[in-house]
Amino acid sequence: MLSDKDRIFTNIYGREDFRLAGARKRGDWDGTAAILARGRDGIVAEMKASNLRGRGGAGFPTGLKWSFMPKVSDGRPHYLVINGDESEPGTCKDREIIRHEPHKLIESALIASFAMGAHTAYIYIRGEYYNESRNLQVAIDEAYEAGLIGRNACGSGWDFDFFIHRGAGAYICGEETALLESLEGKKGLPRMKPPFPAAMGLYGCPTTVNNVESIAVASTILRRGGAWFSSFGRPNNVGTKLFAISGHVNRPCVVEEELGLPMREIIERHAGGVRGGWDNLLAVIPGGCSVPILPKATCDTVLMDFDALRAERSGLGTAAMIVMDRSTDVVEAIARFARFFKHESCGQCTPCREGTGWMMRVMDRMVKGRAEIEEIDMLEQVTRQVEGHTICALGDAAAWPIQGLIRHFRPVMEERIAAYKAAHPSGVKGAGLAPTPSNIPGNTLPVAAE
Amino acid sequence: MARVTVDGIQVEVANGSSVLQACEAAGKEIPRFCYHERLSIAGNCRMCLVEVEKAPKPVASCGYPVMDGMVVKTDTAVVRKARRAVMEFLLINHPLDCPICDQGGECDLQDQAYSYGADHSRYAENKRAVKDKYLGPLVKTVMTRCIQCTRCVRFATEVAGVPELGATSRGENMEIGTYVEKALTSELSGNLIDICPVGALTSKPYAFMARPWELKRSDSIDVMDAVGTNISIHARGAEVLRILPRTNDEVNEEWMADKGRFSFDGFRRRRLDQPWVRAHGKLQPARWQDAFVAIAHGLQGVHGDRIGAIAGDLCDAESMVALRDLMVSLGSPNLDCRQDGARYDTTRREFYTFNTSIAGIEESDALLLVGCDPRHEAPVLNARIRKRYLAGRYPIGVIGHPTADLTYGAEIIGDRPAALTGLLEGGLAFAEVLKSAKRPMIVVGQAALARDDGAAVLAACWKLAESVGALADDWHGFNVLHHAASRVAALDIGFLPGRGGRSVAGMMSGGVDVLWLLGADEFHPARIGPDTFVIYQGHHGDAGASRADVILPGATYAEKPGTYVNTEGRVQRAFQAIMPPGEAKEDWRIIRAFSEVIGMTLPYDNLDAVRARLTEVNPVFGVQGLPRFGSGDRSGPAGDVAALGNAAFAPGIGDYYLTNAISRASPTMQECSRVYTQPVVQAAE
Repeated sequence: MLSDKDRIFTNIYGREDFRLAGARKRGDWDGTAAILARGRDGIVAEMKASNLRGRGGAGFPTGLKWSFMPKVSDGRPHYLVINGDESEPGTCKDREIIRHEPHKLIESALIASFAMGAHTAYIYIRGEYYNESRNLQVAIDEAYEAGLIGRNACGSGWDFDFFIHRGAGAYICGEETALLESLEGKKGLPRMKPPFPAAMGLYGCPTTVNNVESIAVASTILRRGGAWFSSFGRPNNVGTKLFAISGHVNRPCVVEEELGLPMREIIERHAGGVRGGWDNLLAVIPGGCSVPILPKATCDTVLMDFDALRAERSGLGTAAMIVMDRSTDVVEAIARFARFFKHESCGQCTPCREGTGWMMRVMDRMVKGRAEIEEIDMLEQVTRQVEGHTICALGDAAAWPIQGLIRHFRPVMEERIAAYKAAHPSGVKGAGLAPTPSNIPGNTLPVAAE
Repeated sequence: MARVTVDGIQVEVANGSSVLQACEAAGKEIPRFCYHERLSIAGNCRMCLVEVEKAPKPVASCGYPVMDGMVVKTDTAVVRKARRAVMEFLLINHPLDCPICDQGGECDLQDQAYSYGADHSRYAENKRAVKDKYLGPLVKTVMTRCIQCTRCVRFATEVAGVPELGATSRGENMEIGTYVEKALTSELSGNLIDICPVGALTSKPYAFMARPWELKRSDSIDVMDAVGTNISIHARGAEVLRILPRTNDEVNEEWMADKGRFSFDGFRRRRLDQPWVRAHGKLQPARWQDAFVAIAHGLQGVHGDRIGAIAGDLCDAESMVALRDLMVSLGSPNLDCRQDGARYDTTRREFYTFNTSIAGIEESDALLLVGCDPRHEAPVLNARIRKRYLAGRYPIGVIGHPTADLTYGAEIIGDRPAALTGLLEGGLAFAEVLKSAKRPMIVVGQAALARDDGAAVLAACWKLAESVGALADDWHGFNVLHHAASRVAALDIGFLPGRGGRSVAGMMSGGVDVLWLLGADEFHPARIGPDTFVIYQGHHGDAGASRADVILPGATYAEKPGTYVNTEGRVQRAFQAIMPPGEAKEDWRIIRAFSEVIGMTLPYDNLDAVRARLTEVNPVFGVQGLPRFGSGDRSGPAGDVAALGNAAFAPGIGDYYLTNAISRASPTMQECSRVYTQPVVQAAE
């Protein structure tokens, strides 16, 4: 359990002033020049020592990522791009940082940019976060005014500019290369990798794309030391993390906790427990809508960190727990996600463009049970055909929730199909059974699905 | 070099190659839809997935760079499954309309579905339908068939240089279109049909005409411009149904211009399919013998220097050499091929050819266009300039008025010869650009030479080329860009006024008593004197035929084997694709037959003999291919730079779609002209 003195985000609920004066009281902008004076290598080494893993979902070590930036510029400028396009259903942690701790973000961005030789940082903020971007802009203006950023930032001799770019509401623009395309003014289509952004990123220049939270913790890590940060959690899963708890809990919240605590403890201590008690729990999606769902039996014991959740064939993702109690129609819930991914697929590559629509349509029928039992297997195969075959990870994200559903709730799906069949005896005209290879050769004409 | 093992086969490929290229080097076929070797890599179809050792997931081989020691597997269970999966995804929303699809039989999707797909569909939901788009009179769309490979978008943006195509909406709803519906404004739009791997973009004139296996294919050369695009004429019976480009990296790569591709429907319209003889002021149908007798009668008692011959822009070298020999036999020095009155110096071939060569454009590092509009005069060559431009660091200067966007950034230096003088004297900044370039190119257009001061323009351009170092032992940066397909061959043959002979202008207004027009339609026939006896030999009832006293029906380029020399001076042979209609004959045979009637039999009876005669007249006709050459003799063409005039350079061709007898007779080209040159007035929003 994290004690208050070890919290990085001390104003996460916005009870204090987000502006410069308030931020200074909380310790931001304290001795920033001294941190920069430790040099690029010193900062990157400290970040590596902290074992911070990226907070955007993939969990790539942040210090290592920074070290990929060319040590010496070949004439091209370097860029830091902060991914604030927090569009994953269930996830709302970066928003709190942007609106309540903007100075922590700006200061950390300065340090990170310095550590990668970038004079310019962009933050790509989800379009719907209008008020949040206003807060951040106020903070940026204050920082310029106070000489903390701009020419000779904090008197360190390093020039640093920080720009806000607001997105226009596409989930795919949270994918790092699609985000870069969008930032360049193009359609948000993910790029092929390689080349990776560290070699060819924004405007073809070396670029690092980091999540808001990954950047925002940097200033505190450098102030208190990588060892301090890595003293929380379990090996390879260290540090504190913002958890967002939503759904059927008594007090939905965003809370900073150390990694590796039991899921149950986090939910019960910070979110007031599951509505109707822990035994009323049906399942939890542990990391935003793109990771597989976990049934109650797993939730009883699972720890909230990267490796523990991976061992349960799910993932930490953005650590946004979506809690569902027993009143939930879990098939409908996953079908809703399928609809979301179909709507947000960029359409560039084949498996995702065609697969998300297919999965959505089958899932919609599954909700009503208007399907065949063997279509569950077919649906599973379709998700496997999408997974790992696409340019970006949206294909995987679309496939996993359905895989999780089938893995843990297959009996529910089968029951529903049986119930529908019982209510609609086959052969009755207009029964609406979807034609499948197994029933096409029959003597009735196939009835098209809606 | 990187050593890559593909399915156990070791290959060496250049660093920076893609895995797909390595697989091809190893002889492995990798299915693909979006990848096209002349376009940028999109990697979106996912059909080319292969397994790379140590990679966690299958990789898209088209965009994955090779690394030394890489081990690639193209035929594993994972790869086969991935391909089948992609095929299934592509087909779930693809209509099952192959029986009525024009791509059937040459469809990548069809072929690859057979090779890599599953045998049935598991998709039971409704299929997607997409509204068709209007892209102009040439490209037909059935957008439901589109597989969103974006080849067309990349072609339009990169090669054609008209970023008018794009994808709107996202996910399943992604559609290819022109944003605001309009006809594509490119002279290369027909290539979209070739690069589309499915039946989404097909040829409008060819719609529902034939299946590819019904067609007889004949290799030929496009004569709609002087690029010498290599083409394949596809005919069924007596009818040409379509024309496609052939790949020739030195000339047209695999592109061709719309006029060459779509003007063939002019072959069957306004044709001269039998001889005509004017009697009592009216043209009457006649037999060949009567026509020859009428000409013999017209020639009777006319002295050689009162006889003239003009060769048109579409002529093959064989007919021109035959006509030249006939004229020499008749004692006439009045020969000309320059209907536009262009002034050349033919003492050396490099004074009238595109010496850098088309492929050489890619090696140049600065370009000056003088009085030419390559986008319309040679669209395929213009695409090559754009290709070089996209490679970067390529300053382009223009003297003159290009009629439209050239598709690349160019600096307009001036519009009249004064700019040339300025460059020569170093008064203009672009002179420094040319001087500092290692391999500069200067291209002077045919129209710039067709001015009164044409000789001076030619001399000035050569002098400029010499002064900026465009003439070197291993680099020849002086170029003449023709737009008449027959012109270089005619100059090679010497179809020019002999000693004391008259030029085209001199033959007008009664300058000669008998005038033989070999497909010459590009001047106003009223200029010919009223008493001149005119023989028109050609294939279309165009300008020249209307004034003729005797009409000899000839063959179009598709109806005869012929030799053509492109603007580079590249000698290329075309085969006969179809028979000439009615009584029409191959042109050199007509001249040979007539020579016998008047007792001056030309000494060749078959094609080989005519070609031997061509080589005898000029050895270049015996040369295969076109070796690159530098410049030897630096002395320039005749012409006094001081005689440069002050008139602005005018565009070489007016309406791109209607530049010769065939295209003027083509309904498709007429429609293009209507759509593109007379834009409909749009209502204000």
